[in-house]
Amino acid sequence: MKRLLILLSFAASALLAGVPGAIAIRNARIVPVNGPVIAKGTVVLRDGLIDTVGADAAVPADAWIIEGDGLTVYPGLIDALSTFGIPQPAPASGNGRGGGGQSPATPAPPAEPAAPPAHGPEDRPYTTSWVKASELIKATDHRIEAARGAGFTTAVTYPTHGIFAGQGTIIDLEGDNVGQMVIADGVGQYITFMTSPGFGGGFPNALMGAIAYVRQVYLDADHYQKAKAYYDAHTRGTPRPQFDRSLEGVMETHRVLFPATRRVDVDRMLRFANELHLHALLYGLPEGYRSADLLKSANATALVDLKWPEKRRDSDPEEPDSIRALQVRVNAASTPAVLARAGVKFALYSGGIDKRADLFRAVRRAIDAGLSPEDALRALTLTPAEIYGVSDRLGSIEKGKIANLVVTKGDLFQDKTEVKYVFVDGVKFEPVEETPPGRPGAPEASGPGEDQ
Amino acid sequence: MKLSFISCAFALSLAAAAPPTVIQNATILTITKGTINNGSVLIRDGKIAEVGEKVMVPPGAKVIDAAGEYVMPGIIDCHSHIAADSINEGSVSVSSMVGIEDVLNPDDIAIYRALAGGVTTANILHGSANSIGGKCTVIKLRWGKDAHDMIFEGALPGIKFALGENPKRAGNPTGFRIGAGNVQGRYPATRMGVEDVIREAFNEAKAYQQSWKDYNAKVARGEQAIPPRRDLKLEPLVEVMEGKRLIHAHCYRADEILMLLRVADDYGFKIRTLQHALEGYKVAKEIAAHGAGASTFSDWWAYKLEAFDAIPYNAAIMTRKGIVVSINSDSDELMRHLNDEAAKTMKYGGLTETEALSLITINPAKQLMIDNRVGSIEVGKDADIAIFDKHPLSNYAKVDKVFIDGQIYFDRASDIAERATREAEKKKLLETDKEDQKKYGTPGPRRPTA
Repeated sequence: MKRLLILLSFAASALLAGVPGAIAIRNARIVPVNGPVIAKGTVVLRDGLIDTVGADAAVPADAWIIEGDGLTVYPGLIDALSTFGIPQPAPASGNGRGGGGQSPATPAPPAEPAAPPAHGPEDRPYTTSWVKASELIKATDHRIEAARGAGFTTAVTYPTHGIFAGQGTIIDLEGDNVGQMVIADGVGQYITFMTSPGFGGGFPNALMGAIAYVRQVYLDADHYQKAKAYYDAHTRGTPRPQFDRSLEGVMETHRVLFPATRRVDVDRMLRFANELHLHALLYGLPEGYRSADLLKSANATALVDLKWPEKRRDSDPEEPDSIRALQVRVNAASTPAVLARAGVKFALYSGGIDKRADLFRAVRRAIDAGLSPEDALRALTLTPAEIYGVSDRLGSIEKGKIANLVVTKGDLFQDKTEVKYVFVDGVKFEPVEETPPGRPGAPEASGPGEDQ
Repeated sequence: MKLSFISCAFALSLAAAAPPTVIQNATILTITKGTINNGSVLIRDGKIAEVGEKVMVPPGAKVIDAAGEYVMPGIIDCHSHIAADSINEGSVSVSSMVGIEDVLNPDDIAIYRALAGGVTTANILHGSANSIGGKCTVIKLRWGKDAHDMIFEGALPGIKFALGENPKRAGNPTGFRIGAGNVQGRYPATRMGVEDVIREAFNEAKAYQQSWKDYNAKVARGEQAIPPRRDLKLEPLVEVMEGKRLIHAHCYRADEILMLLRVADDYGFKIRTLQHALEGYKVAKEIAAHGAGASTFSDWWAYKLEAFDAIPYNAAIMTRKGIVVSINSDSDELMRHLNDEAAKTMKYGGLTETEALSLITINPAKQLMIDNRVGSIEVGKDADIAIFDKHPLSNYAKVDKVFIDGQIYFDRASDIAERATREAEKKKLLETDKEDQKKYGTPGPRRPTA
């Protein structure tokens, strides 16, 4: 007991110092992702960064040592499209009819009174383009710990309610406050084509209206920029352009996330992005397996939802699924393999899955459908880092990058594999597996130094 | 040399897409050039290359013996709502900023079913909840192609207008009953209001058109200026005034038809088609004078108050008064037997066979201004052809084959032959799905019992 207290206080002081000291994982199998696998080597973490990595890397004298025999070290997983960190409500009736998006929607802030129905694009319906996820993230969101247990160290988190829902923030899944967590802010605009119900609920109430709205907003943004530039050059004698926070938000990033569920959506969104001169990321893609030709010829990037379509629970047994619904359900998980073969750049995202077993099962299903384990790992590490322009600091085990690692016993994504440690910004976590009631619980997490 | 290589490659690519086809021994209903008993049609490079009692059979051509069958131009439906993921932006009474082209869905099974009824071209219209509705798109039913490849190349785009009960009722769920609650109603709620909305929209569009003219003049003078804000709602109306976009106006009653023609005259644009126009027979002279076409039902009426004065003679009377008339479906189901609908005009109004068939072929082609490409069997036109096993004006006629651009898009025999394969595929999918659920499925929360 006394020893534990000492250990705890030791751990606390290390955390209080803001940065843990050096940690060395030695004699482990290392999968750096950016290069060949190191069968037996050492990774040294210092000041929250990867200090050295290699077969012969020296263990510094001041380092806490973790014996890596029988363990494999991977880069921390990155959730390329997430709401982790933004507290979610209990699943309730959806607001609006959704927009084909695959991730759970964040609700409208309850404090705001309901806006009157919009009469057209000018009323900027369902638009919070200026909101950044960093403004909504709470370090206390319980899903942060859960996701970490699944191997995620990083998430690109978005507000997801609205047509222009807002901007994403890349966060590390560790920290007492948002300031410690944020890696990059305003990394993309999340778009859905949500609509209001019925004819009396305001503009837009149909998909074509939502699309027309997005088009008008980008035209307006273009005009707004011109008007502002003109005003800056001719301030005297020119009425000032009216400030529009919706357009300000839209102009902040050219990386735009469009939903694409079916092949027709992929086709539609690629054309739309091309028309608007946007760098589009298509997300969802359960029908990506039959859209690779379109994605390839447009040189597009895809974010593939790991939450594969499922048979509706309690569906009417008298009402058999259409052949098309069956095709999608059976083939969706082959999307990553098909895209990899076609040479389409893609990342995988959790779709809200935050349990290790569920995440691994979802990835394994893609692997069973032909995706190589290497490509699967890359789509959850280096590729999302590249997509968001942060591969200089995330996505692989390289000197100088952020010390985000997953250490497993067994190969990642295998059912029996245990996630032993997760390092985020060099801070060590030992995930606690959820165990069914009645079984002995797993050992509790402890501070660093235990293995010394 | 280089040029010939390119044209050669071009020809080859076309040939690869569709080898020459000869349809032989059929009754050819050309619509515009009479009927050829025991005639043939040569299709090459997607076009009709020859029509006559005997045509050249090029080496390598695919020969179809259509003995006892009837060949007619592919049917054209001037009013359809298939193949789109949404139809009605009904939240506002002027929704011209939206367009069908943005939401075309080539996977809609209604496309294939319409093909099986001999339809090859359709005018996909926005709904009728708005005085001025969304933009419309003419498509060919190229089943299996992506959305953009279905669009009828070169066809002028359209826009939907709507008069009467639909636009005044939409968005007004309470019907403006006193004490019906505080639901905010949408303007307009009367026929007067519909006219006002249209006039106001065109006033706005004129001002918008002028703002661009002023801006362009300033730029031409070398002055610096901010361009006007592009307005997606008003741009299509400017196109209407400039004759670049066709108006297809949903209407029923004679009074509202006259109203719209007067508004159009006031603002100097034309109404291309009056859709439904069930009381068109009452004002046929005025419609003909304006030059508008009419696209109507054969005998569908009394489903609402404004549709009570319809008569089955409507199409015939309007035809006799010099209006270009078509029969449309406005329905996935009706779309599959437009030939039956056309036939009714022979009983009610005494149209000839050719006149009846014109209502679903050359006339809608004229209304959509694509009659240089489709609507009849003539050399040089697109090889959009339907082969019926009996005379298409017979109730017993079934479609055997349908060609678009010379390619077969529906073939009854292969459809029937493939059914077993499709059944087997579905069975296999069901089995795989079941296995997958066992292997990867997560036990979810059970339905609460109580």
